[in-house]
Amino acid sequence: MIVRFFHQMGSPRYFYGVAGKLIPWFMVSFLITLVLGLYYGLFVAPADYQQGESYRIMYIHVPAAWMSMFIYVVMAVSGLISLVWRIKMTEVVVISSATVGASFTFLALATGSLWGKPMWGSWWVWDARLTSELLLLFLYLGIIALHSAIEDKRVAARAVSILALVGVVNIPIIHYSVEWWNTLHQPASITKFGKPSMDMSMLVPLLTMAISFKLYYGAVVLMRARAEIVERERNARWVQELVQEEAK
Amino acid sequence: MSTLSLTSAFTLLLKRDMTLAYRRRSELVNPLLFFVLVTAMFPLGIGNDPKLIEAVGPGVIWVAALLAALLSLDAMFRSDFEDGSLEQFMLSAHPVSILVLAKILAHWLVTGLPLFIAAPLLAVLLNIPGDAIPTLMLTLILGTPVLSLIGSVGVALTVGLRRGGVILSLLVLPLYVPVLIFATDAVKTAIVGIPTTAQLSILSAMLVGSLVLAPLATAASLRISLS
Repeated sequence: MIVRFFHQMGSPRYFYGVAGKLIPWFMVSFLITLVLGLYYGLFVAPADYQQGESYRIMYIHVPAAWMSMFIYVVMAVSGLISLVWRIKMTEVVVISSATVGASFTFLALATGSLWGKPMWGSWWVWDARLTSELLLLFLYLGIIALHSAIEDKRVAARAVSILALVGVVNIPIIHYSVEWWNTLHQPASITKFGKPSMDMSMLVPLLTMAISFKLYYGAVVLMRARAEIVERERNARWVQELVQEEAK
Repeated sequence: MSTLSLTSAFTLLLKRDMTLAYRRRSELVNPLLFFVLVTAMFPLGIGNDPKLIEAVGPGVIWVAALLAALLSLDAMFRSDFEDGSLEQFMLSAHPVSILVLAKILAHWLVTGLPLFIAAPLLAVLLNIPGDAIPTLMLTLILGTPVLSLIGSVGVALTVGLRRGGVILSLLVLPLYVPVLIFATDAVKTAIVGIPTTAQLSILSAMLVGSLVLAPLATAASLRISLS
């Protein structure tokens, strides 16, 4: 049963159909959680005792940062699957995720810098998290650049899968070395707002936003995957039938 | 099947690459010259205050080493790719990762080792105190092989591309960050006079780790690039 499911999901045509049916569900639940999360985060949740209202950017910043790492792991896992079992659909997932991941990383950096201006007094500090997030953005950009440089898209997908795997081995090393470097060179110049065990009234909107971003990622990755499939399989009969149907 | 043992295949490949490098001696000097030039540019850019130069010295030397390694990386598989010998390595009965390791070793002997030899001179130019120079050399001998090893994965992925150079730096430089951090920190700590075993141990760990993993990733990448 499960084997059959995976077998079917490996077929581009079947995946295309299922993805098409799933996208509206993802979109609708994304919008609902987004509205709920934003409303509770921006209007209902109490202001922070230290940072006042400006902490509210956290409801975008933190989920975006989570997503930036989550998507990289998804890419590495699907990269591994596509290298080992040569499943076409996981290759498509690797590629489709890269741009979304890079966007979330950029969003986390941009909101972090906006948040840093009132809190730390400057747009950018060489804080450990900011720095490793920046390096993560470079890793994403490298993946996108490599993929666009290789003509044959199946070869490109496999090359990118290896790169994602090399990256995922290195990310913890990079992260901890940056953290080490930071503690040595910038002792407590930043007043991080530690981790005051977060109140439920703040935590619930935050988690809602995190779920919302995940749903968004799901919807976008399926859309991109569908586009990628149609492009790759443009000579297949079912795609041509599909195009003719659309044309009618 | 080949009757050549793995060890002799390794040494033969190493000898071949070294001979090829020796025949093109003028190219050999390029990374070294680049290393010295970049290092010499920094005092001109930041001013001749000895204290300032001393403070940035280790970082400057290591960033220059990083760039010199990056500059020479592209040549690692290029000529073998163009004349088809790389495909013959893939067809050989021996594990590709070991053959790749021979090529990486040759590359390091040609480009990494000269940096190591030139480093004391540059350290003197940048006011790094004599006591810290052995540490600088230790970090270079531990760190530059890591640069060649990690770099080989990036080269293997981009060898088939016409303009792989820019992409190569985008792929490889973020992965060089840990080496840069620990190596420069070791030298800075040595300047202050504190023991540097921690940093050197971590650099050694990186060397061992990349020695084991990088050839495998490089071999897999080469197979993809040649497919």
